[in-house]
Amino acid sequence: MNSDSSGESFAQKLKTLLRDERFWQVAFQVITLGIVLLLAAFFVGNLNRNLAQQGRSFGFSFLFNPAGFSIGESLIRYRPNDPYWRALMVGLSNTLSLVAAGIVLTTVLGTAAGVASFSKNWLLYKLSRLYVGLVRNVPLLLQLFFWYFAIYGTLPRPESQISALGLVFLNNRGVYIPWAGSAVLALLGIGVTIFAAVMAVFLWQWRTKLRIETGTGGKNQLMGLIGLGVLWLAFVILALQWTFPSPVDGGGVTGGLRLTREYVAALSALVFYTSAFVAEIVRAGIQSVSRGQWEAARSLGFQSGLVMQLVVFPQALRVIIPPMNSEFMNLTKNTSLAFAIAFPEIYSVANTTYNQTGRPVEVFVVLMATYLVMCLIITLGMNQLNRAVQFKER
Amino acid sequence: MRKWGILAATLGLALAACGGDTTTGGSAAGSRLDLVKDRGQLICGVDGGIPGFSFVDETGAFSGLDVDVCKAVAAAVLGDAEAVEYRRLDSTERFTALAGGEVDMLSRNTTWTISRDTSVGLEFAPTTFYDGQGMLVRANSGIETLEDFQGRAVCVETGTTTELNLTDQMRQLGVDFEPVVFQDADAAYAAYDEGRCEGMTSDKSQLIARRSTLPNPDEHVLLDVTMSKEPLGPVTVNNDSAWFDVVKWVTFGLMQAEEFGITSANIGDFEASDNPDIARFLGQEGTLGTDMGLPNDFMVQVITQVGNYGEVFDRNLGADSQFNLERGQNALWTDGGLLYSPPFR
Repeated sequence: MNSDSSGESFAQKLKTLLRDERFWQVAFQVITLGIVLLLAAFFVGNLNRNLAQQGRSFGFSFLFNPAGFSIGESLIRYRPNDPYWRALMVGLSNTLSLVAAGIVLTTVLGTAAGVASFSKNWLLYKLSRLYVGLVRNVPLLLQLFFWYFAIYGTLPRPESQISALGLVFLNNRGVYIPWAGSAVLALLGIGVTIFAAVMAVFLWQWRTKLRIETGTGGKNQLMGLIGLGVLWLAFVILALQWTFPSPVDGGGVTGGLRLTREYVAALSALVFYTSAFVAEIVRAGIQSVSRGQWEAARSLGFQSGLVMQLVVFPQALRVIIPPMNSEFMNLTKNTSLAFAIAFPEIYSVANTTYNQTGRPVEVFVVLMATYLVMCLIITLGMNQLNRAVQFKER
Repeated sequence: MRKWGILAATLGLALAACGGDTTTGGSAAGSRLDLVKDRGQLICGVDGGIPGFSFVDETGAFSGLDVDVCKAVAAAVLGDAEAVEYRRLDSTERFTALAGGEVDMLSRNTTWTISRDTSVGLEFAPTTFYDGQGMLVRANSGIETLEDFQGRAVCVETGTTTELNLTDQMRQLGVDFEPVVFQDADAAYAAYDEGRCEGMTSDKSQLIARRSTLPNPDEHVLLDVTMSKEPLGPVTVNNDSAWFDVVKWVTFGLMQAEEFGITSANIGDFEASDNPDIARFLGQEGTLGTDMGLPNDFMVQVITQVGNYGEVFDRNLGADSQFNLERGQNALWTDGGLLYSPPFR
């Protein structure tokens, strides 16, 4: 009898356990983890079996072998007998230059196109809608070929190149622009410009705060702003040792900075494509601000340009910034398509690398990690920005 | 209930994945030869964009030297030269497609190199076309030697040995040139044609074939330089001797048939040959075919349906084609060329 009752109580316990919601909450976590681990083990095992079958093993030591192929353009020094990892760094530097320029230009063009869709100017409004409608509905790869072959491909050959004011030269090899005397000076110039911009924003905020709190003043800050601007201008003009492109007899250009046709075509396609999406994000953000805000601001006597600038746009930023993060990440990942028009970005170099070494798995691991890190950095930055524009509730 | 549904679906997925594991494991243990026989069709990786080697015409039919090698293997294994599914692969996808088992073999202008043979894990069947890397330029460009490429641009297709040879040659000559590397051969030739590059480099045969598709073929000339040796031939994956042997000996068989003078037209005269070598070759004596896992008369199928190497060459690249290439080093060893089949014995 005794053993019988204890058995019954065990069954009873099991029953209560199975009916307990807390037990199932834990059990589901364990089961999920188990399945994920099983799947991971299966895929890793499968990879190892397949590699072993071909008599190979997983490893990254090949990255230190000489690459042996040449790369058309590079921001860092590279010779064909440098190791594979250095070739990949060249690809990364090219990708980053596309991403950096792309993000800046996309923000400017996308915001302008988004704001233009609220314009009272009929032509500007229609142009903005046409641009967004047309560009969003054509695949990026097609647009890349369009820019590469149909736009920059129709530029004249170097012998009969176009010159704009003698400052910028265009031919079917690329675009030649004035540029700082050396790479270090160019980086310095960019750094100083960013620093000056940040300082200007701080001075402006300080001045606004002072004027709100005291009703007057801000003259010193204004003088500071002007001084900053003059200093920056003087630095940029005098310290960077500008070189200007000048034509060579028989065609071609020396001096200045050459943006290859592959680079400008890739940049144009990426910027115009991504900006169309950004324009829609900006439009949605502005529309999300209630009409009451417009009306209230107008009733205070603001002109519509000022309403947008001072009242509506700052509020719209809360809605605009999170999806902008996605667009910037899309732009970053889409740079890999520039491979199709011969721009040597990291995917292109990685492709050549795995073809020459026969190590697709390792190369793709490196590639995935690289894109992941780039996207995480962008997200980190955008999250900081997002925090700054949220409503501060006290 | 929804939770249970998700769990069941995940479990099903995991089981399906494990199921997939056992089947791939099974076929990995056996040979691809059995797989091709079971399937009743050969899957052959080709380029599809090079006239004379592999090209798709308006009707969607494939033709060319590389294509005929696929047909020969299909005729030998399955008795039907048309039992081939062609996969168009570009130069960057071809090795992964082969290693992943998507195609049974490559017949796609692939250069035999030691690193591909060893570290990339491929197995190279005999060379079906001996080629060399050349350079295509505009006739009026004034470029005569590789040194003239100082500061100029060269279009090249990525994933090729061409890319490496070009770099080596230019490094040796100390010429600072600008490579413009395309993934797609069509884009590379288009960019060359509209003037992005002064030169287009690839295997000479490919340049000659591609020149015929440019708008004004007469405006382009090949420089008188050969940058490398390019032995091109079919490829299979490492560690499958049974399948590799089949591809290897069918390829040799094409050459041996020409050496014996057996063509698709006159094969009937050899049916009761007194020559023991020919009798063995055509499967009337011995077990050369069955030892390999093929029908004993596999070469009869190959020759009647595809022809010997000479016929294949003439039809696609030689006298009977638009290219009219010389046999040159692609002649039989008996005619002073490089083609030599080990004995069928």
